[in-house]
Amino acid sequence: MPHNTVAVVGAAETTKLGVVPDMSQIQLHADAALNAMAECGLKPKDIDGIATAVETPVQLAHYLGLTPTWVDGTSVGGCSFMIHVRHAAAAIEAGLAKTILITHGESGRSRVGNPPRSVHPASLNGQFEQPFGPMGPPSLFTIPVLRYMKTYGVTEEQIAQVAVVQREWASKNPRATFRNLITTEDVLNSRMIAWPFRLLMCCLVTDGGGALILTSAERARDFPTRPVYILGTGESVETPMVSQMEDFTSSRAFRVAGPTAFKEAGITHKDVDHLMIYDAFAHLPIYGLEDLGFLPRGEAASFIAGRNTAPGGKLPMNTNGGGLSYMHSGMYGMYALQESVRQMRGVAPAQVPRAKISVCHGVGGMFAASGTIIFSNQAP
Amino acid sequence: MSEPGRALPQPTPETQHFWDGTQAGELRLQRCDACAKVYFPPRPFCPACASRTVSVFKASGKARLYSYVIHHRPVPGFTPPYAIAVVELEEGPRMMTNIVECPQTPEALQLDMPVEVVFAPQNDTITLPLFRPAKG
Repeated sequence: MPHNTVAVVGAAETTKLGVVPDMSQIQLHADAALNAMAECGLKPKDIDGIATAVETPVQLAHYLGLTPTWVDGTSVGGCSFMIHVRHAAAAIEAGLAKTILITHGESGRSRVGNPPRSVHPASLNGQFEQPFGPMGPPSLFTIPVLRYMKTYGVTEEQIAQVAVVQREWASKNPRATFRNLITTEDVLNSRMIAWPFRLLMCCLVTDGGGALILTSAERARDFPTRPVYILGTGESVETPMVSQMEDFTSSRAFRVAGPTAFKEAGITHKDVDHLMIYDAFAHLPIYGLEDLGFLPRGEAASFIAGRNTAPGGKLPMNTNGGGLSYMHSGMYGMYALQESVRQMRGVAPAQVPRAKISVCHGVGGMFAASGTIIFSNQAP
Repeated sequence: MSEPGRALPQPTPETQHFWDGTQAGELRLQRCDACAKVYFPPRPFCPACASRTVSVFKASGKARLYSYVIHHRPVPGFTPPYAIAVVELEEGPRMMTNIVECPQTPEALQLDMPVEVVFAPQNDTITLPLFRPAKG
């Protein structure tokens, strides 16, 4: 089902990103939604579909004054928003809604109106992982990586290079949280979190939000914004327990979502001008590049260390600075989507010249879920 | 590694046999009677073929260290740095655990080293399966 009949016509982040203690989580959703509605000239009565994660679509519909004919509350972690885009595109094609709003807001740092996350002791995670001392993603998402490193001979220095390269992109972005350039030594000397992972290999924890508005490509022509078309989409899930991944060197959810999107878009890897791979931790772009088929297994770390994804490289990746340097509220997928849309509109702070196709790949949980969206700025 | 304060499991009807097993000094897995798949975590049907005819059996307790991190942040019940590990059981399934009776260092914790289960009572009803370097 090729989706180039649907376009993004509204895309905005919260006015402020980073530390925003004067807004609760739901207001961060609303702030981004109001910015997106304003840039494309829509009012609440014009929106007939709503999708969001963690907060429910009921809360958002009420808060924003919407009367939807279509709702989606898929909440599978940080890639929920990629999956919302996929579901929204299908819904618009099927005629279930005409104008769909997707919102994200998260008071990840200030934790205003953000209920604490907890693992129920009777859940499988609560019974078979939590008793062994993990404390959130830094101690869980990182567990497969030693197996990857041993299998392919990848070094801590190469993993550190992911953070170094992304900081170069962040240095070009006035909205990025961290903009000062760093060296491999800086990363390897930063505080130990969960060996082999150090602080600068882990994402930020910040406040913010983002929103997207989708409609049919035909209607998109009447909007004041430059349409960004949806060429292909994919989604999958694997397991809520990182210890139960089929393969510690590769994500099954990535290997389903990515190729599904490429097949739907009818493009090859050579057609890709710009790439976003959700980087909650420094190993994720390595797994993503391989599982999406950009590189053979075991070659992504040296590809990144070889500056192929850096400014001036042949495959610009995570050009906003990523979750490692731009911002990461907890569910980063929305910010990756926003950067892909900016690149396709030609308005990114670190714009890739003449970029026509952008691949945006997300992860949810600890390799639990995945969503991939392929965008184009070329009219169908 | 059995200080009070660590998160403890709350067994469900589907997992009770596993936690009864650790109390009795047995690591219990399940095998599908229809397709012979050995699987973990516990559930009363086979995730490979959906058969409800499955058997509980006592595993060997032998495993190899599959992957881990050495956590450096404080967590109730733990003294950092400590390894959060995944072991691959001789029977195939993998499980999260801690490695005990061993320095918590990259030098001492070599991937693929043989390990064996030990049972660490936490209270009157819960005993956790931990692993230590195999003693031959």
